[in-house]
Amino acid sequence: MTQYVHQPAFLTGDEFSIDTFSLLDPEGELYEGASEPALERDHARRLYQAMLATRILDERMLAAQRQGRLSFYMQCTGEEAAVVGATAALNDADMIMAQYREQGALMYRGFTIDEFMNQLFGNELDYGKGRQMPIHYGSRKLHYMTISSPLATQIPQATGYAYGQKLAGDGHCTLTFFGEGAASEGDFHAALNMASVHQVPVIFFCRNNGYAISTPAIEQFAADGIAPRAFGYHMHVIRVDGNDALAVFEATTQARKIAVEKNQPVLIEAMSYRLAAHSSSDDPSGYRSKDEEEIWRAKDPLLRLKKWLVKKGWWSEEEEAAQQESLRKEVLDTLKRAEKRSPPPLESLISDVYADVTPALQRQLDQLKRHIRRYPDAYPKGAKSLDLDVDTATDAQGDA
Amino acid sequence: MPTMNMLQAINNALDIAMAEDEKVICFGEDVGVFGGVFRATSHLQDKYGKARCFNTPLVEQGIIGFANGLAAQGSVPVAEIQFADYIFPAFDQIVNETAKFRYRSGDLFNVGGLTIRTPYGGGISGGLYHSQSPEAYFTHTPGLKVVVPRNPYQAKGLLLAAIRDPDPVLFLEPKRLYRAAVGDVPEEDYQLPIGEAEIVKDGSDITLVGWGAQMEVIGKAAELAEEQGISCEVIDLRSLLPWDEDTVAESVFKTGRLIVSHEAPLTGGFAGEIAATIQERCFLYLESPIARVTGLDTPFPLVLEKEYLPDHLKIFEAIRESVNF
Repeated sequence: MTQYVHQPAFLTGDEFSIDTFSLLDPEGELYEGASEPALERDHARRLYQAMLATRILDERMLAAQRQGRLSFYMQCTGEEAAVVGATAALNDADMIMAQYREQGALMYRGFTIDEFMNQLFGNELDYGKGRQMPIHYGSRKLHYMTISSPLATQIPQATGYAYGQKLAGDGHCTLTFFGEGAASEGDFHAALNMASVHQVPVIFFCRNNGYAISTPAIEQFAADGIAPRAFGYHMHVIRVDGNDALAVFEATTQARKIAVEKNQPVLIEAMSYRLAAHSSSDDPSGYRSKDEEEIWRAKDPLLRLKKWLVKKGWWSEEEEAAQQESLRKEVLDTLKRAEKRSPPPLESLISDVYADVTPALQRQLDQLKRHIRRYPDAYPKGAKSLDLDVDTATDAQGDA
Repeated sequence: MPTMNMLQAINNALDIAMAEDEKVICFGEDVGVFGGVFRATSHLQDKYGKARCFNTPLVEQGIIGFANGLAAQGSVPVAEIQFADYIFPAFDQIVNETAKFRYRSGDLFNVGGLTIRTPYGGGISGGLYHSQSPEAYFTHTPGLKVVVPRNPYQAKGLLLAAIRDPDPVLFLEPKRLYRAAVGDVPEEDYQLPIGEAEIVKDGSDITLVGWGAQMEVIGKAAELAEEQGISCEVIDLRSLLPWDEDTVAESVFKTGRLIVSHEAPLTGGFAGEIAATIQERCFLYLESPIARVTGLDTPFPLVLEKEYLPDHLKIFEAIRESVNF
């Protein structure tokens, strides 16, 4: 209802500062007044093990990139609690539309080290058929939408996907991850507005990790983070300590309830820090201090959850050491296998552009094959999948 | 057989598609109770409910982003962009997302169910921002299909084919013809093939190629030429991506001459693509240079629209020059 006043009064938004929900302190103790979420032993272990496995995969693969075995890599380091904690609160059949550094979600859902490697090396077993840069994972089986490089495009798609889930009435929702930098894109605003207007079961999960490549948050937005934007869209919102897996888990559990039971969108802003570089091509020493990084290293989300688990008797240093060792070995073994595998076959250049190969594409491939047969040494990957022993006469006749 | 205008034919196609498959969902700016600014979606909300036919906020990038997600989920969205002139905020979602979904995921996911409908073209005194023909931006994008009907019969058959096609389709509707083009349209369900041109009229001296509203103009030019004893073969491309090279090439083998006409500007226009392909395939058969009759390389004007547009007289002159080369 409109209430009239008779003196001008401008508001700035400072009136609405949003608190941060946190359960565990850095020593892994529950804060006073905090209650433990309903998290069973095995579930808690699965959550932590996925965080740990993600950390180890990231360490090894960055090293592999530095050795020149891999063209590119992006780490989740520092944000494992935000990503895995949120994923653990979902139903495993809920759709996840991630930005790019959320491999922890796939790890939690059981994407195998082999599957990671095949994508990273773009070999013949890569589900994406070697078409995208490393880290652009996707899994239909695990309800994880294939990553797309353009920033924020997945956010309105998540709204649309979740609208379909609502019409299907299957009780599922969609969670989309994005960074605070991506929240500057028009797609973010389009997505939140449409989700709110159309009452869509979608969770917008912002990983506020402090930096969009080299641009610090303070140069990315003027307001109190991303969370207050929810007010403008009349949307449920919570800000959560992104380094506290338990808090993220609890917040996302409740957000999911709102999404699927009320068919309403929720915005979650997880406050965290990107401990690693933006990507293997980035060098953060050019734009931030070691001291700043150290402050956040002390808040390591893995340590915090581990301390809590150990105190509960659900995890031990021995188990930790054993898992680290076996994972490191598995990563190295699978890496060696994956990098030796063949590249995708030449035909994969033209498949999946359309449901069926068009005559024009077929002509272009035939022409390319004739060329590669003439100069096989110049195109070793393409030549590998051509059977160069067969009579080239038919192919060489062409299609004039 | 009932007579319909193009809007009625489009509305009829949407009605059939929605009745047949509850996954078909129509949305866009004003498409709900109002039925769209041109009324292409009239009565669909009444019949199929607000969940399946609804207004969106005014956000083209959101409409197509939403449609991409909805299609990836398995629904069959028919998204309307109110004017093709306003499709550009959605450009990223169309060329980077819609077009590449299947390819980049190795076919784990696709948005094949998506159809984007949008009114395009001039001749309605619409000026700069209600007259553009943006087809060439999209024909440069592998993964999309681009389809343009020329009359009500084509509109219904091609739109039903587009909605059921396993690939995303950009369906450009010549808005000048929405009410102007009237013709027989079967009541029943039928589809016309995507990717196949139609020979509208046989001829032996010269081939005239176009699509959409330009077909009417080309037809008039052909009549003028026939009066001069020049026999024109008229081809409606119908699909610009993929386009039917074979039908055009076969025709040029026979006639030895080709004129392509479109409303969009000359430079970078789709006529250039056709000309390049046909000279590769028909070089030794050509009797004269392939000619293009198009809009000027300017934004679309308001008052001098008639001067800007490629009309039957400009095409007729091009025919004469080609034949007398």
